Amino acid sequence: MADPPFIELEGITRVYGTGEVAVRALDGINLTVRAGEFIAIMGPSGSGKSTAMNVIGCLDRPTSGHYRFAGVEVAGLTRDQRALLRRHYIGFVFQGYNLLPRTSALQNVELPLIYSGRPRAARQRAALEALRRVGLEARALHDPSQLSGGQQQRVAIARALVGDPKVVLADEPTGNLDTKTSVEILDMLRRLNREAGVTIVMVTHEEDMARYADRLIGMVDGRIARDEQNREAA
Amino acid sequence: MLIEAVRLAVQAIFRNALRSFLTVLGIVIGVASVIAMVTVGQGSTEQVASDVEKLGANVVIVVPGQDAMRGGPHGTTAPMFSTRINDTVKARVAAVAVSAPISQTRERVIFGNANRLSDVVGTDNRYFEAARWEVAAGRLFEPGEIQAGRAVCIVGETLRQALFGAGDPVGASVRIGAVSCRVIGLLRSKGASTFGADQDDFVILPLATFHRRIAGNADVQSLFVSVRDGASIDAAREDITALMRELRRIGPGEEDDFEVLDTRQFALMLTGITDVLTGLLSAVAAVSLLVGGIGIMNIMLVSVTERTREIGIRLAIGARARDVLTQFLVEAIILSMLGGVIGILMGLGLALAGARWLAVPFSPDPGVVLLSFGFSAFVGIVFGFFPARRAARLDPIEALRHE
Repeated sequence: MADPPFIELEGITRVYGTGEVAVRALDGINLTVRAGEFIAIMGPSGSGKSTAMNVIGCLDRPTSGHYRFAGVEVAGLTRDQRALLRRHYIGFVFQGYNLLPRTSALQNVELPLIYSGRPRAARQRAALEALRRVGLEARALHDPSQLSGGQQQRVAIARALVGDPKVVLADEPTGNLDTKTSVEILDMLRRLNREAGVTIVMVTHEEDMARYADRLIGMVDGRIARDEQNREAA
Repeated sequence: MLIEAVRLAVQAIFRNALRSFLTVLGIVIGVASVIAMVTVGQGSTEQVASDVEKLGANVVIVVPGQDAMRGGPHGTTAPMFSTRINDTVKARVAAVAVSAPISQTRERVIFGNANRLSDVVGTDNRYFEAARWEVAAGRLFEPGEIQAGRAVCIVGETLRQALFGAGDPVGASVRIGAVSCRVIGLLRSKGASTFGADQDDFVILPLATFHRRIAGNADVQSLFVSVRDGASIDAAREDITALMRELRRIGPGEEDDFEVLDTRQFALMLTGITDVLTGLLSAVAAVSLLVGGIGIMNIMLVSVTERTREIGIRLAIGARARDVLTQFLVEAIILSMLGGVIGILMGLGLALAGARWLAVPFSPDPGVVLLSFGFSAFVGIVFGFFPARRAARLDPIEALRHE
């Protein structure tokens, strides 16, 4: 893999609170992710994996350390600049799907394109295409409440993809799903990674799910405890 | 982006249609009262203006005493006028076109089985000229009738209807109190004045007849003066005042024992009442708009809390703070503008009904309508800003975690 480093974390700490009650959620993390990688961050709850995800996703800012995203130092960006970075380069998939209620699948997928100012017709075309990629174009006009959990997560994936992001961040994407549906979702992420070359960073605490990734990061107490290639990745 | 914000806002508003309507009720009531009041007020002002026009904008009335606006000439102890004073005013004030002496009382007028308590007025043909009365049937007085004080009279339309129905009164003999007299003419109706006084409810006799047969004295209670076209009313009033002081021997520094009124004063008094009412209701409307604005702020704060997660999602997928601010601000503005539109329609409806009821013209003022609309939008901006800013400042991680 000769791709340049795409995500570079260098001595990242994230401390919540101050003084006696301060919690070091991240305690000096060094991590480099190259374009096109599929990595899984694992660890027990409280190990700091979600905090790491928020920092990587530019939702949160590290207390200290350097974070370069595609060569740009994120620590120096304003709130709005980070929003623009998320808008154009990052797609999110959450454990709880986080679709807008009473809003059709199509409109949910369109949402990121509204903010990037795409005209309506182009937006709907792109949203339908994204829904087709996750096999849900027939459900485009359904509300989230009319969809199963797996279908909702696929809509969420379509929403993450619609803006052609460089990286998709998936935070416990199968946490609310049964095993069979979980496998479908992970197969889908896998295919995206393999066929479209989308970099994927996934947080999970399930070993079964992690084995779909090429590289496994194990976290304990805000530190990276292991970082290894996954030879068995399908 | 703005179009999207508008579409989103409209969706959000109609998703909770009942709640939205209750929220904007304050604005609706505020705007509706302003529109209704101003429109009806405008109508009655126009009505007053047209009444004054009918009476003659260039008319001056001279009465004894200083309390004409309150009790009329009957309450005063000041000496009455005479026909001589009337003729002197006409002769010595150049601006006077016509001056008519008037005396009047209220008396029962009887014809057959019908009777009506009416104004009985003693004057002569000069009054018809000065006050612009026209004959609908029959004729005015003849000089001989005026001089000799003959028992003839001219009736107004209201009295005609009360005594004769649709029949022709000319030639009939009516009784005014104990006095019989023959009807020689009928005046063309002027209708009700602005505040309901019936101008047609009277019978007119020659002044000499009135003095001798009805009043039993030779007093003239008021002078009804019309000013020449092009002459200044104010100048005429000053000249008349000076002459009256001289005729009534009022020394320098002493107060007038008479008043010179012009129709503008009546108009001012009437529009003054309208203005006070409009002012009061505008104050109520302002309070209502304020309360309406607070209602909108309240519901927007509730909405921001309810949709915290939605805001988190939007921030995560790349909405900037200002995008979220715009969304919620636009929603508040559209909400209050909607209230404004409903209020304007309701206000115009009320004004139409009110104008019909008060029998004044319905004259909506586009300026006031636009102003109300603009003001309701302004209320939306002012009271929507704080909730919108709160939404925009949410932390995306916290917001996403919100249940």
